[in-house]
Amino acid sequence: MDAMTDKNLAGAEISEVFTFPDLVSREFLAILLTIVVLCLWSLGMDAPLKAIADPNWTENPAKAPWYFVGLQELLVYFDPWIAGVAIPLFIIFGLMAIPYLDSNPAGVGTYGFKHRKFAISLFMLGYILWFALILLGQFLRGPNWQFYWPWQDWSVPKEAERKLWNLSGIWSYILIMSYFILGLWLPALIKPAFYKALGFARYLITWLLILLMFSLIIKIILRIFFHIKYILITPYFSI
Amino acid sequence: MKADWITQSRLWKSVFRHDLDDKPRNRALAVTSNIFLHIHPVRTKASALDLRFTFCLGGLSLLMFIVEVITGILLMFYYRPVPEYAYTDMKLIEHTIHYGMFLRNMHRWAAHAMVLLVMFHMLRVFLTGSYKPPREFNWVVGVGLLTGTLLLSFTGYLLPWDQIALWAITVGSKMAAATPFLGSEGPFKGVLNINEYNDMQYLLLGDNKVWGNALLRFYVLHCVLLPVLCTLLIVIHFWRIRKDGGISRPL
Repeated sequence: MDAMTDKNLAGAEISEVFTFPDLVSREFLAILLTIVVLCLWSLGMDAPLKAIADPNWTENPAKAPWYFVGLQELLVYFDPWIAGVAIPLFIIFGLMAIPYLDSNPAGVGTYGFKHRKFAISLFMLGYILWFALILLGQFLRGPNWQFYWPWQDWSVPKEAERKLWNLSGIWSYILIMSYFILGLWLPALIKPAFYKALGFARYLITWLLILLMFSLIIKIILRIFFHIKYILITPYFSI
Repeated sequence: MKADWITQSRLWKSVFRHDLDDKPRNRALAVTSNIFLHIHPVRTKASALDLRFTFCLGGLSLLMFIVEVITGILLMFYYRPVPEYAYTDMKLIEHTIHYGMFLRNMHRWAAHAMVLLVMFHMLRVFLTGSYKPPREFNWVVGVGLLTGTLLLSFTGYLLPWDQIALWAITVGSKMAAATPFLGSEGPFKGVLNINEYNDMQYLLLGDNKVWGNALLRFYVLHCVLLPVLCTLLIVIHFWRIRKDGGISRPL
């Protein structure tokens, strides 16, 4: 049957086809193919089942399901309330906020980097970080959450990590404050058009979320390469 | 035609309101007179048919959810969520129930597939700018569905009641104990007088460690509460696609 056309609000013609059968037949094929793949997968590979749950016999390492292993990996770099509570909440509400923060109308309905360089770069960075942490935790962590290459034997114990040190006192506050103040102020100074396009509130929330994402990466680097455990110590909590 | 006596019968016509001749009217009726197909519009933008645009990720996420519901209900016939029976029932499902291992495999692998498909669907929607006006709210619903998918998967992880399950959930539920103000090991726990018998972890597990109460709670969350919540969000999600003008296309 011939394609039909309709007009959108701008008056441009949109080419249309009948949903039945053009779309429905494609959906049917996609469903069929997926079910076949799923059946073959289920025939060829069995879901794991270990020994019965025993509270007196601790698994080492005790790994979370793979989609949460990224958060578990974060426990190396942060205290549990940050890795397990604060960061997931920031990710969920940060993701939800995206449509209300991104004021750039370009790029709807097409894959294209050119008009959305800033948004796509940042999102991809976060997305890749998510999968990188999952891969690191799932495949490169052994007993006591020590680092093991896939070809290394888990039964050979790793030597204890060298002593960690902390950043504390007045310098912590100065460094963290200047990170956030400069991080919030400099982009507006360098690119006033960017600040104007977003307005104060959106600019503030957008950059706070971005700075938090980068601070996570910075903390990971500090821990791995500079053996720093905490960058801020208070009587109530440490970061 | 031989089957005329069937397709011309009153019974047949009471179910199927139109004939199958290839006419525009019947193509339209095929969609509007079918409750399952009428989530679609009668006519679709030609650009929406391009597999390289959607990769079917959202639709296949729904398919995985349906597979999970069907295999999950079948598994419920054979599974009792108490420490005395749970693991034995798993063994019975695997070794004595006909196609039990296949059923369990399908439930497990479709769950993994669903998590991956939802993650990739979010990436596709972001990269095609499909969260931009007028689709902002549907993106929010979508993030809710991603969270729901992860929670469904996580609560299901405890049910096999083996060592992997027990210790994975032990690791996970320790996070609840670390909640600021509301966790017995979190910062500011003293403010509200929180201890290990009244904190977030206790709410989640019904205990201060993973055992029978936790198994029952996760079972109810996994089989009733979360599927109902996710179904609700899925309904809103698909309804909003239509109300927001169908899937996105270049302006």
